[in-house]
Formats: sequence, C-alpha cells, structure tokens
Amino acid sequence: MYDVVIIGGGPAGLSAALGAKKKGCGNILIIERSEKLGGILNQCIHNGFGLHTFKEELTGPEYAFRYIEMVEKEKIPFLLNTTVLSVSPHSVTYINEEEGVKTIDTKAIVLAMGCRERPRGALNIPGDRPAGIFSAGTAQYLTNIEGRMPGKRVVILGSGDIGLIMARRMEIEGAKVLAVVELMPYSSGLKRNIVQCLDDFSIPLLLSHTVTKIEGRKRVERITVSEVDEKRKPIPGTEITFDADTLLLSVGLLPENELSRKAGISMSTVTGGPVVDNNFQTDSDGIFACGNVLHVHDLVDYVSSEAEKAGENAALYALYDRKEEKKVIPISVFGLARYTVPEMIHEDTKEDTTIRFRVSNVKKDGKIVVRINGEEVISKKKRIMAPGEMETIIISKRILDKYDSIESMEVGTED
Amino acid sequence: MDYDAVVIGGGVIGSAIIRYLSLYNMKTLLVEKEEDISSGTTKANSGIVHAGYDPEPGTLKAKLNVKGAKMIKEESGKLHFDYKVNGAMVVSFSPNDDYKIDELFERGIKNGVEDMEIISGDEARRLEPNLSENITKCLYLKSSAIVCPFSLTQALSENAYENGAEFKFNTKVENVEKTEGGYKITTNSGTTITTRAVINAAGVYGDTINNMVSEKKLHITPRRGSYMLFDNETQGMFNSTIFQLPSSKGKGVLVTPTVHGNLMIGPNSVDIPDKDDTSTTAFDLDYISKEALRTSPSIPFRKVITSFSGLRAHEDSGDFIVGEVEDAPGFFNATGIESPGLSSSLSIGEMVARMVADRLGIEKKENPVLERKAAPRPKEMSIDERNELIKSNPSYGRIVCRCEEISEGEIIDAITRPLGARSLDGVKRRVRAGMGRCQGGFCSPKVMELIEKYASIPFDEITKNSKGSNITMEDKVYV
Repeated sequence: MYDVVIIGGGPAGLSAALGAKKKGCGNILIIERSEKLGGILNQCIHNGFGLHTFKEELTGPEYAFRYIEMVEKEKIPFLLNTTVLSVSPHSVTYINEEEGVKTIDTKAIVLAMGCRERPRGALNIPGDRPAGIFSAGTAQYLTNIEGRMPGKRVVILGSGDIGLIMARRMEIEGAKVLAVVELMPYSSGLKRNIVQCLDDFSIPLLLSHTVTKIEGRKRVERITVSEVDEKRKPIPGTEITFDADTLLLSVGLLPENELSRKAGISMSTVTGGPVVDNNFQTDSDGIFACGNVLHVHDLVDYVSSEAEKAGENAALYALYDRKEEKKVIPISVFGLARYTVPEMIHEDTKEDTTIRFRVSNVKKDGKIVVRINGEEVISKKKRIMAPGEMETIIISKRILDKYDSIESMEVGTED
Repeated sequence: MDYDAVVIGGGVIGSAIIRYLSLYNMKTLLVEKEEDISSGTTKANSGIVHAGYDPEPGTLKAKLNVKGAKMIKEESGKLHFDYKVNGAMVVSFSPNDDYKIDELFERGIKNGVEDMEIISGDEARRLEPNLSENITKCLYLKSSAIVCPFSLTQALSENAYENGAEFKFNTKVENVEKTEGGYKITTNSGTTITTRAVINAAGVYGDTINNMVSEKKLHITPRRGSYMLFDNETQGMFNSTIFQLPSSKGKGVLVTPTVHGNLMIGPNSVDIPDKDDTSTTAFDLDYISKEALRTSPSIPFRKVITSFSGLRAHEDSGDFIVGEVEDAPGFFNATGIESPGLSSSLSIGEMVARMVADRLGIEKKENPVLERKAAPRPKEMSIDERNELIKSNPSYGRIVCRCEEISEGEIIDAITRPLGARSLDGVKRRVRAGMGRCQGGFCSPKVMELIEKYASIPFDEITKNSKGSNITMEDKVYV
C-alpha cells in the first residue's frame, strides 16, 4: 500500500512528490509515461524558467533537472515508460514493459498529467489535408528533441506561448516565419514572449485574423488568412495568401483529463480540469490534482508552488487520514474573472490561501477584489490584466481569522 | 507473360478482387499508384455495410449489395477485420414523406433484405434517445452493419498476399495496350508488365484506364462527400446508423457510430472536376452540420477531432460496371463503384475472380489459405492474456499513442507485417495510432522513429501518405 501515488513526472508531479516527502511521507511513487522525468520542460530549451522559484533564468531542461536532482536526493521512487490506464479512489492501474498491467493500492493519488494542445480538427479549418501541419508542441519536439526541421516557410496560427516560442525557434534555425495569426484582438501569450520572440525578429503579428484556407495536396503550399469581424467571422475581401510550406497551430491547451473523467471526478467546464478545494482535493476521495491538469498555467514556477501544496495535502490525507467534514464554501467569480482555482474553500481554513484565476479580456487600471460574507476584504490595484497571464491573489490567514464562519467568498475584478 | 492477371488499384475493390483471384491457380499482381492500399475512395467513406434497401431492384447495385453484405458478415470471422452489426434507421421528418418509408420497405423486400421493420418516431426515439423530436416514421434495418474500410482492405490484401499474390506500390499505370493473348501495361517507372488479363479497379480513374483499351468510353465524375469525426467521448450517443430519406444525389447525410466508437456525420454530395481534390470547404462542412442537426439536435460540435472528404466514382450510367469489356477480351472492369460499393466489395471480388478464371480456364487452388491471423490487439484482451503477451514481447507494454492506447508492439506489427505501413497514415489506418483526439500530436514523432527503424526509411523521407508528403525537411537542426 502506497501513501501517495503521483501520476505524471513533469514539473507538477516532481514538485508534488517533494511536497509529500516534506510532510514526512515515506511511501511515494511517481509514474511517468515517457522515457525520462521532466515532462514538457525537456523540449523547452529556451530560457525564462525559474525566475520566481530560483531567482534566476533557467532553460526548461535546467529547471526540470533541479527538481529531478531533488527527487533523486530524496530517493523518491519513480517508474518510467509507464502509462496509467485508470485510477479510482485508492487504486491505480498502469502498464509497462516489465510488469505488464498492474494495479496498486494507495491512500492518496495526485493527478499531475499536464495538458495537451488543441489539434487542427478542433478548429475545422477547411481545405486540403497535406503534410506540414503541426501543433506547435509537435514541431518543438521535432526540432529540439529529434533535431529535424519541420519546415522552412512558416505561418503560425494562434499566439499562445508555445507558438510565440516556436516562431523564434524556427527563425533561429533558418526558417522564415511569415506571420503569427491570432483570432482574438489580443494575444493569449505572455507579453515578454511577444517582445522577445516576435518583435525582436520582426515577425508580424496579425490580430483579429484567422486561417481560412489550407492548400497543397502533398505538402502545404499556400496558407490564406482573413481578417475577422467582432463575431470572429472571416470578412470576405480581406484574404492574404502566404506561400508557406508549414502551418503551426498554437490554438490553446487542454488539461489532459481522460483519466479523471473515467474516474468520475467532477470537472470544471471553464478550466477543463477537476474541481478542487483549497487542499487541491477533488470530489473523489483521496484524489488530488495540480498543475496544468487542473488549469493551464502561464509560468512553470506557479505550477511548482501549487503542486508542492497539493503534494503536502495528499501526504497529510494519507498519513493522518485527514478527512474534511467541515463545510466547504464555493468561491464565486465576478467581473472579468472566468474561474478560480481552488473553486471552493473549507470554512475552517486557517492558513494563507492562494487563489489563481484568469480574466476573460484585457483590462487596464483595474482592481482584483475579494469579498467574504459580502464584505470587501482585499482590493488590489492592477495596472494591466490580460487573458494570457494568470492572476494570483493571496487571502492571508489574518483575514480568514477575522471570520468565525465564512458564508460566501467572491473573487473578481472591478474598474 | 509476366502474370495471369493484374489488378489496377489497391482500394477495397481491387483488394477484394485480388483476394478472390488468389484462391485460383494463377499468378497475380496488384498495382497501386500510392504508397499503400486504401489510399483513394476507400480511405474516406462512411464505413457502412448497407442492408440493401436503397438500390433500384434489378440493378447490379441491388444484387451485389445484399449478397456482399452477407459475405462481409461471414468473412469477418475468418479474415478478422473490424465489423459490427449495429442496425440502421431511415427516418422521415414529415407525415407527408412517411409514404416514402413504406416505399423503401417494399424496395427492400424486392432486393431480398431481411430483418426490416417500420416503426414510429416515438419507437425510434426509444431506441435512439438522441434522435430529433421531428422524426415521424422510421424504417428500421436490423441487419445493417458498420465496418472499418481500412481494416477490411488490409485483411483482404494480406490474405491475397499469403495466397501468393504480388503487390507493387507507387506504381501508376500510364498505358494499357492489347497484345497477342493479353495486355502490356506501362507504368510510371517506365517498366512494362505483360499479363493475360487486366482488371480495372482504379476508382475515380476507372474511366481513364477503360478508355485506354475500349472504344466503349466511360465517364466518371468524382462526387465529393465531406465528413466530421468526433472524439470517442461521444461513444454511445448513437448505436445505429441514422439515414435521412434518400434523394437522387445519394443517401443523404447520415449520423453513425464508427466501428471504433467515434460519432461521425456526413457526407454531402458535390460533383467536382478534379479527381484528386479531397479538400473540405467551409460551405460543405456547414451543410453537413446543419443536415446532421436535423437528425439530432444534440450533435456535440465542440468534440470534432477531424474533418475530411472522399470521392465517389460516379459513372454516367449510374450503376456498377462489372465484367469483361466487349471490345477488349481479357480486360475486366470493376468501376463506377460508388455506394453501396464497400458493402458490395466481396461480391464484386468473387464475381470478377470467377469471370477472369473462366476466361483464362484456370481452376481453384486445392488448399488456399482462407483464414487470416490478425495482429494482437492488447487493448481488447483480458488482463491475463495481455500480461502473457507483454511477457513474450515487452513492446506491447509500452504505450506510444496515448489517445487510443496503442503500444509500440502494435505499431511495429503495422510496419513489419506483410504489405506493412510505410507512412504515418499507413500506421494510423492499421492500428489507429494518431487517430484519436490529439490527432498524432504526441505520437507522430515516435511513430516516425519506428518507421525509420523497422521500415529502414530515413527520417526526412518519411511521408504522411503519398510520395512528396514529407513530414520534415532535409536540413538538420544544429543544437
């Protein structure tokens, strides 16, 4: 019987394992499906990771390596090339070459499967179906792991962070990036990536545009983009055609929750991840979730800190049979806040609680506001809020202590 | 003569023909212009084994459909392809049209269709709760089935191969010429093949091939149909295939589960001039969406994972053209094979093979291989069986395609079996790696590594499908 089994050996899983260890958990197992720990960081060879966690700029593999070292130092066991087939409360079934299909018992489970990219099909772009259409992450894998060139004249649809990073990467490798095309009137990527990856390389960013046609029988030959109106419908007559051999798609990330769904865990329709309380526990007994499987983060540093918390709580659950009987208060949103993680908070919470959320539109000179029992308890000025960046607000123990009972909690934005 | 019989075209029809030819004592060859079987019409169609209610009684379509559907059912147990009897419904949306349901029932009786029943809209909704409230009457066809067209074609061609048939890919026929006692075929590589008999199963190019040897000219129009395929989370939304009442252009937009459990909608029907144009258009996708919504208002369009188009080979006569060509003895057509072509594939194959054998005066083999051993399907095994398999070959325990849970061992099988996959699509069609919700985002580089290793194709030369559809470019990345 394990104490905590962690599904996924990326940044969330590694950090959750360390969190569990910190709380004195001895019997931890990390299950990773690929051939090494570190997850998607292994192919993110650009820098910009770790500014918050390590106060220095690391590449993805370096950031991952620091955590892998800590996990190895703590002698936390892990399985590689092992795919989890199903989870249910207190049991995990996996498959690998050595053990075949095996079911193990565990007190707690931490879901840390990360996210995946939305494929072309989800967009229903009309046209031919030639080679040369990649999700940005697949192109990144081919370039950085396989050492292969996915294409030479590239159009990128979507200005998510991976798309922006790949625009620069392709340019550095000698490809020509003809345009980055974004459906929305704003980018969904980090501001710093727009500056460092597009502006610095004079790559045009076409906002309020989308790809309306893909041509090429064998390999992509031409990509047509059009401007869109307020309803995001293409405006006839605005077509621009690029002689491109490659189309990269960076059109959103989806938390990878096949296992969670199969386990019957309640899911948020906004984030696509499980609904969790402030201990990162789902509504399934002893199953916790953290990282991009929960909601798509902007910075890996936040994944690490959130996952550590989740790991700690999973350990407490496993070691002390911690069962929350007290009332749980759902957190509601207002203004531009689309959701919060956690989605609910235990009434008797007596510690600093971090609430993360994203906004639905760009907002200049606004405020993040928290209300408890209808009273405004936090009002924090924000010079700029954008859908590409995650907002964080910490509700301190001091504030929570003031309330004997919490009847309602609201998190949102105001002018 | 190099061969007794050469089949032109490696779709389901060509593969069925060579499979039945391979049961005779003859030397046979199949030539295919693409890199793999199932590369034309076969790769993009509805995958329905029609019961046979639709074709005009007395036509070849009617005769071959009903017989072919029975043969597919019988052979599914021997050739081991993905097949399931799921039933079908033809639905009417207005009491004014309900008489057409009765007409189809009568037509079905004439065509020899078994297990038909007329039911009310309410009864139909009891069986299929996601059907529209507007449906008034329904022809319920219990014997209708679904089949994986790739799996069927693979099973047929592998069995033919086992019985000694030869296959040549990337081989396009440039010319067919009558010679003394047979034909001379010239291919794109400049080589010539001599044969006593030629069978034309060239799909939308069936007219081109026919017109090389016959004065009785044919004319085939590619009739394009588009489809949308949904995430397998939609499994169970529909159990039966739902047709709307047919029109002169075909059977209309259907809503069906695939044999692998994904929901699929389509096709529309548009005549186009270009025989290679399988592009989709916003107009077509919009049209099939609207039509499918008539059948069911609950089609989950957010769960679409891919859309695609296929071409039907519509000959001007409107019927299948199967048989020896009058002014070209030894030249056989199996052309104009549009719907219900897949359903009729085995009956066409058997019929053509018999005609060819009769013409050449060749007898059946005494002991042909009639069963095909399919590759292991770990996902469908019990845990004990699966563990036994993994113990004997650990690569079945390493999952490469996460969405469809396909192991490395299965992908290696797809590449190393006879007539194995040589492209990403080839692997996808055989074992579904890349067919799921991420559409190959994660697994395609891994699959390419396996193709490089097991098919000995350099990484940069690996294609998505036909020659020229390379995935990566020659320049290396310097890291």
